[in-house]
Amino acid sequence: MSWDYFLNHSPALIIVIPLLAAFATPLIGRFSRKAMYIWITASLALTEIFSIILLYGVHTEGTMVYVMGANPYNLSVPPDSGGIPVRIILTVDSFGAFMAFTASTVALAGGIYSIASEHSQTGQEKYYALLLLMLVGMLGMVLTGDLFNFFVFLEINSLASAALVSYRIDKGVAVEAAFKYAIISSIGALAFLFGVGILYGEYDALNMAMIAQRMKFTDLDKIVMALFTVTLAMKAGAIPMHYWVPDGYGKAPGGISAMLVTASQASLYGVFRVSFTVFGLSANTLTLGWFLIILGVLSMFVGVTMALIQHDIKRLMAYHAISQTGYMLLGVGVGLATLGTAAFNQYGLAAMEGGIFHIINHAMYKGLLFLTAGAVIYRVGTSDLNKMGGLAHGMKYTTIFFMIGALSIAGIPPFNGFASKLLIYESVYQFNPLLSIIAMIVSILTLASFVKVFHSAFMGPKIYDVKEVPKSMLIGMCILTFFIILFGLFPNIAMTYLVAPAAKALANPLGYIARVLGGGA
Amino acid sequence: MLLNLPFITVVIIMALGLYAMLFKRNLIKIVIGLSLIESGVNLFLVSLGYRNGGIAPIYTNAPSTNMVLPTPQALTLTSIVIGVATTAMLLSFCMVIYRHYGTLDSRKVRRLRE
Amino acid sequence: MSKIVRTQASFLYTFVLIFGFYIVAHGHLTPGGGFQGGAVIATGIALVVVAYKFDEIKRRIKKTSLTAAEGIGLLSFIIAGISGIGVSFFYNWLANSGLLFGESVTYGINPGYLNTAGTLPIMNLAVGIEVLGGLGVIVLYMLHFVKGGERNAA
Repeated sequence: MSWDYFLNHSPALIIVIPLLAAFATPLIGRFSRKAMYIWITASLALTEIFSIILLYGVHTEGTMVYVMGANPYNLSVPPDSGGIPVRIILTVDSFGAFMAFTASTVALAGGIYSIASEHSQTGQEKYYALLLLMLVGMLGMVLTGDLFNFFVFLEINSLASAALVSYRIDKGVAVEAAFKYAIISSIGALAFLFGVGILYGEYDALNMAMIAQRMKFTDLDKIVMALFTVTLAMKAGAIPMHYWVPDGYGKAPGGISAMLVTASQASLYGVFRVSFTVFGLSANTLTLGWFLIILGVLSMFVGVTMALIQHDIKRLMAYHAISQTGYMLLGVGVGLATLGTAAFNQYGLAAMEGGIFHIINHAMYKGLLFLTAGAVIYRVGTSDLNKMGGLAHGMKYTTIFFMIGALSIAGIPPFNGFASKLLIYESVYQFNPLLSIIAMIVSILTLASFVKVFHSAFMGPKIYDVKEVPKSMLIGMCILTFFIILFGLFPNIAMTYLVAPAAKALANPLGYIARVLGGGA
Repeated sequence: MLLNLPFITVVIIMALGLYAMLFKRNLIKIVIGLSLIESGVNLFLVSLGYRNGGIAPIYTNAPSTNMVLPTPQALTLTSIVIGVATTAMLLSFCMVIYRHYGTLDSRKVRRLRE
Repeated sequence: MSKIVRTQASFLYTFVLIFGFYIVAHGHLTPGGGFQGGAVIATGIALVVVAYKFDEIKRRIKKTSLTAAEGIGLLSFIIAGISGIGVSFFYNWLANSGLLFGESVTYGINPGYLNTAGTLPIMNLAVGIEVLGGLGVIVLYMLHFVKGGERNAA
């Protein structure tokens, strides 16, 4: 049990720990509520630690390959398999580790936040088991190197999320939202599975690296590409397929809304992984890149305009989540469109870095905003902005956290939203000035929308006699605020250790393939 | 032509499922439509691995070694298990919705919009 | 239900259970395995549920024991996976070891030896327990709504 052991086994352990914790939670919850809370917090914290170990691992060793059930652990191509990777293979490159870090951080905040915010609900042990399973789904999606496993973890994630959206039945309305969400994600996952089946029939492989290497890009593959990108973009909440987002995010408990953001981003990871690693070598990346850019611009603009007219605080934030997803699609789409040309090194890579940096920033500040919205609803009991007002008198810390989140989402320095948005504006301007201008206008509209929320919820005369929310909710918000300020004040740290390696790993499918097919040696 | 028969069936089943999901108003019928699509996908996976005259890929007392591909079967089993979980969850949602709304008509189940 | 159905159900229940356990235990040799066998056992529960009155079932089959079965099954599955973590997660360290389920078997057609396949039969058992608990709970809860819940809700 040495340091190397943990480092080598971290890709599996990071999935196993929340899985084990999830299954043990109902049994522990039967004996003591308090022990269950400690158990949950400890396992989430351990997952977070392992995600940092994973980041260290990919930083020092490059892409890590872990084969379940193999001897030794990284034997992806056994000598008697004829050069084909067998077994369940986890492939962790810098982008995957980056996403795992994002997911586990938000889950840690959401889990701690839930201890207080859900303390009066029944069936809590199931709530936490599902929360951990949702985290398992996200981690599995971002760490697996296998298309079928991606489907399995996608389903685990969708089922757990749908059940959690319905957790507060709320006279049936939350269940209605969950029904919609479950139907949409099941259809998406089945279409994805259909695509996996076609690829398996064509190339006799499920491993992404193997498929990418054998890819001939026939007409059938174009269908598969359409199936993959559309279904995953639907789960990520891009605009023409966004209708479940406001319902799902709006009706979920606060901590879960924050985690749903990262769940959507895990699907976004799927879009990027599929379009770069699986199809990036053979497809016309310019067309695919423009497809992502158009999706992104539509999401940005429609999302923010829909947000302006909302008067339910969580629906409003959900529309902003759609809008912010557009920035990521735009940034990475520009990177994809310029992949392989001279322009890629001039501004394409920078755009990708901006898009990827925006993923973690968005997870942090949108998570924080959803947590503050949950705190407001926790004290006031309504989510209608017209009925709120003067909350700053009683809820000082929540107000400060909300301000940090709102300034960050609007891209005001010195918070983290500014760093990534500036990167996107600069690089996209060189690609196509119009896109950059749209992005700036959307940012201004976002600021306007949040000024409205801030004014109507927190400012004004004292209407409600409210107290500050309990400590555990504040701790949850504090964790996310810490990262917002850290990445805002020192964007170089995030750029050097998290974002730049992730962008480089994503743009280098050949390295990924060589690592898996080389037996992980 | 005969070998394509499973794939034609796949398309028919999936089209039926899609029809049920798009045009039926009852929530339970929507769930049935989803199950139909899932069966279509499962059939598709199984027929991918089929081999003429092949037997189940199990060595215990096997009459010959001409076997169908085991991987698609494993995929199908996994997908069936996931499908059971999905269907059970969706039907429980239907039950809760019925209890609170008194109806399963999707035109009336829309309190979210209010 | 009528007396004939009830008698038949309690008679068949045993056989359904035995058949389910057979499928679970031979999961590594014949078609079937944990999920299928567990589903068959859950069918047995459904049979009893259909035949008897709701109050009687509530007395005989406890939801808590079924949820406990679910949790224990899942935990033992994951522990069986972790037990191989010395080499890698899910490593089958029992196979060909001479211990429990550890008999070695030659590659190719064979009559089927039960004492083989290492951790796989253990995982099958774990999944069987989990599925019988899970599906049993689903059946019971749905019945609770249909038979008992309607009365309470109305």
